[in-house]
Amino acid sequence: MLALDVAKTSGAQYADVRLSRNRTQSVSTRERRVQGLSNNETSGFGVRTLVGGSWGFAASSVLSKDEVGRVAKQAVAQAKANRASMIRPVELAPAKATAMGEWRSPARIDPFDVAIEDKVALLLQANEAALAVKGARFVSSSMFFLREEKTYANTEGTYTVQTIYRTSPGMNITAVSADNRDFQSRQSTDIAPMGMGYEHVTDSRLVENAPRWAEEAVQKLSARSVDVGRYDLVLHPTHLGLTVHESIAHPTELDRAYGFEANYAGTSFVAPPEDMLGKFRYGPEIMNIQGDRMQPGSLSACGWDDDGVEPDTFLIIKNGVVNDYQTTREQALWLDWWYKQQGIPTRSHGCSYAQSWADVQFQRMPNVSLLPGEEDHSWEDLIAATDRGIAIVGDGSFSIDQQRFNAQFGGQLFYEIRGGKITGMLKDVAYQIRTPEFWNAMDMIGGKSSYWMWGAFGDAKGQPSQSNAISHGCVPTRHRQINVINTGRQA
Amino acid sequence: MSTTRSLAAQSRHLGRAECEALAKRVLGFSKADEARVSINSGNRGNTRFAVNQVSTAGDNYNTSVSIASYFGKRRGVVNTNTLDDDSLRAAVEMSERLARLAPEDPEHMPELGPQEYAQGRAWSEATAALAPDSRAAAASAITTPARAAGLVSTGYLETRAGSSAIANTNGLFAWERETELALTTTVRTTDGTGSGWAGATSHDWAQLDPAALGARAIDKAQRSVNPAAIEPGRYTVILEPTAVGNLVQFIANSMNQRSADEGRSFFSKAGGGNKIGLKVVDERVSLISDPLDPECYSSTFTGDGQPVGRTVFIENGVVKTLACDRYWAQKTGTEPVPGAGSLRMTGGDASIDDLIASTERGILVTRFWYIRGVDPRTILYTGLTRDGTFLVENGKITRAVKNLRFNESPIFMLNNLEAMGKPVRVSASEAGGPGRPIVVPPIKVRDFTFTSLSDAI
Repeated sequence: MLALDVAKTSGAQYADVRLSRNRTQSVSTRERRVQGLSNNETSGFGVRTLVGGSWGFAASSVLSKDEVGRVAKQAVAQAKANRASMIRPVELAPAKATAMGEWRSPARIDPFDVAIEDKVALLLQANEAALAVKGARFVSSSMFFLREEKTYANTEGTYTVQTIYRTSPGMNITAVSADNRDFQSRQSTDIAPMGMGYEHVTDSRLVENAPRWAEEAVQKLSARSVDVGRYDLVLHPTHLGLTVHESIAHPTELDRAYGFEANYAGTSFVAPPEDMLGKFRYGPEIMNIQGDRMQPGSLSACGWDDDGVEPDTFLIIKNGVVNDYQTTREQALWLDWWYKQQGIPTRSHGCSYAQSWADVQFQRMPNVSLLPGEEDHSWEDLIAATDRGIAIVGDGSFSIDQQRFNAQFGGQLFYEIRGGKITGMLKDVAYQIRTPEFWNAMDMIGGKSSYWMWGAFGDAKGQPSQSNAISHGCVPTRHRQINVINTGRQA
Repeated sequence: MSTTRSLAAQSRHLGRAECEALAKRVLGFSKADEARVSINSGNRGNTRFAVNQVSTAGDNYNTSVSIASYFGKRRGVVNTNTLDDDSLRAAVEMSERLARLAPEDPEHMPELGPQEYAQGRAWSEATAALAPDSRAAAASAITTPARAAGLVSTGYLETRAGSSAIANTNGLFAWERETELALTTTVRTTDGTGSGWAGATSHDWAQLDPAALGARAIDKAQRSVNPAAIEPGRYTVILEPTAVGNLVQFIANSMNQRSADEGRSFFSKAGGGNKIGLKVVDERVSLISDPLDPECYSSTFTGDGQPVGRTVFIENGVVKTLACDRYWAQKTGTEPVPGAGSLRMTGGDASIDDLIASTERGILVTRFWYIRGVDPRTILYTGLTRDGTFLVENGKITRAVKNLRFNESPIFMLNNLEAMGKPVRVSASEAGGPGRPIVVPPIKVRDFTFTSLSDAI
């Protein structure tokens, strides 16, 4: 509160302060040894000020009264310096104040209460299970846990306290051919990081799954190298989450559409919004994309964003057509015309986020999910309906251009489909797409019972680059006649 | 550019004596067989601009301490940024608790004793003193002419000034201070059909000229409008130094002896062993890392306190050495080799204009973007050209072309080398931060593989 008072008396029209204590733990192993065992804690505060329409932000790890005053004044002085080049002042969309809010991730078991010995033993046991598979030569495994205690207050009367948990178990198994000419890896991409506690590690059943991942790594060595061409692709949710992330979630960030990220992440082909909203066909009628920060156990879930806004659930793509963008308080007003036209209030969707106390908050994606189709098709149904294609499981290599048109994706496992059946394993597969064509080529999607939540910790955006953690719920999909290349070359 | 009055506390970081005192305090709490403390402190400042005005900025100060405790071959690590005695004591105790709980590490190496280090040189008072108003003025040196030209500029300026130190219970102590900065800008035409980029990194603010960078990006934006589609395929390419740095850094990243010996690297030899002593790229190419190279200063010690000197990784196309940690060196009877903290690639005398003039048909690339690994067996990466891609015909730039996706390995690229220019310091980090200091030449290469076309501007 001192920070807000100092900011106000120094001339800020608006200010907020975030105080956070991040505790993380990581345990990593390879084969029969523990490579790393560390506990990390970082705490500090950041003050953001709005002065005459310009932002300022300063932060420090020193939690003393003098330092809080200094940092608040520094944030105001910085905003004044930034005002020199101002063309369009920042305005904030109205937001409901929350006088005393509390929120906690739905973690059943606090990972920091679980004995280190148990974590180490579990990983080494999983490694042993993988190494028991003939041909599996290297295995690494890890667990990462985060508990963030975040207190937020702003000059409009919002005060919230949140405790956020994130948990990520994972393995990577490598098989090497006898002549040293080939090596292939299998990552445990069917285990996503989640906004849960230690129960997610237990539920991941690493020891039970490790032999299968190891066998798959070994199988990849003798898989047939793919023939280039056009194939119907059947994409598993463990793979598709990354494609949704890159080709839908990023281009529908409103700051990108307006050019604010042009110097790094890029702009967007979903622009300008006035030509897109309600008009642009992203995909078929069966395509509905939801933004939210509510799904239990999802990585983006929270009670309030870093603007102090309670997030809502919204449809970014409705029946295949662009319907909305991801917004913060600063950005919601840019779409005022659209919300008025739709007869809904102009409000932020709650997409403001900073990775730590030391970083300024800005627009980051919430969970962006492909909703299930009306018919309850399964993964197997999609394969059975496909005459000649490739089924892809797990995410792999990925790259996409700065407007999110042209993308290339690999995967973990590739299977040839002939006459509705899987006939063998392939390797060296990557597909190249132009985003709108790729989504419009989708003609089948899975139903409710095939919905699965993919996730990632390291979504990068902004300068300095900040990491965001998000989940993408997905169902399996089929896309007709997609261009597949062969990535294997001889050194 | 000179600095103006400061709004921030100048170059706030822990000096040598302060680090020594803090390390002594931390190690004084230790009851472990061996312990190591690493200290990082300093300021980071940044200013972003977008749509021709400053959008956000930030300044932060932090000191973090990492404590590694060892009981025999057992290790635990704790990182904290709370520095009062009680918190530090608790952190040391926690690292000891973790160490006692950890299984023995068969690869444990004892802590080093005192070492001799070269004096790091990456410090610039001009960078350390750079304040938010000076950063805003630098942004204005780009946004004002861009706006006057009817263009839209975005960009980013980041500065870091701080110190790092390592001490252990065997009497080792190392300390250095370092400044780093990066300025990058992307200028676009209002109709969205053209985009140009320019960027630079240095430890020294005096080496950067924001107005000149802005002018380069403006020129590229204006020349890159209405790009034509060309067929993807194998092309002769002229890569500006930034594009070379974007790709060559991945060779350095995979130069690890252990993964080579283990058979899971490009540097693995068929049948076993590694490629040290084998020629892997054109004989005109050498890759060197030297912390005292005046164009790319870097740290003079590693995270475990080893001194870092000049290392030649590739000499005249032949692999001379691979990075190797102390354990693997002992196991294989070699010497430990720190990874490349900075990177210099040798070059030639040609200018970019010379490279263009000697090209019958080719593509000039400003930089690459979203570069991700596809196949580690060949260091094959994919990514796209961005912010200034031009067709060269009969020795001249004839027009802008659409961006292209490549699937290519820097190893293949450096085997298809035609000519090289003078090496310069580049900003090779995609995120626009300071990144690893890299000095590389512009090059001309044949048979560079583009696999598809992009509509992105």
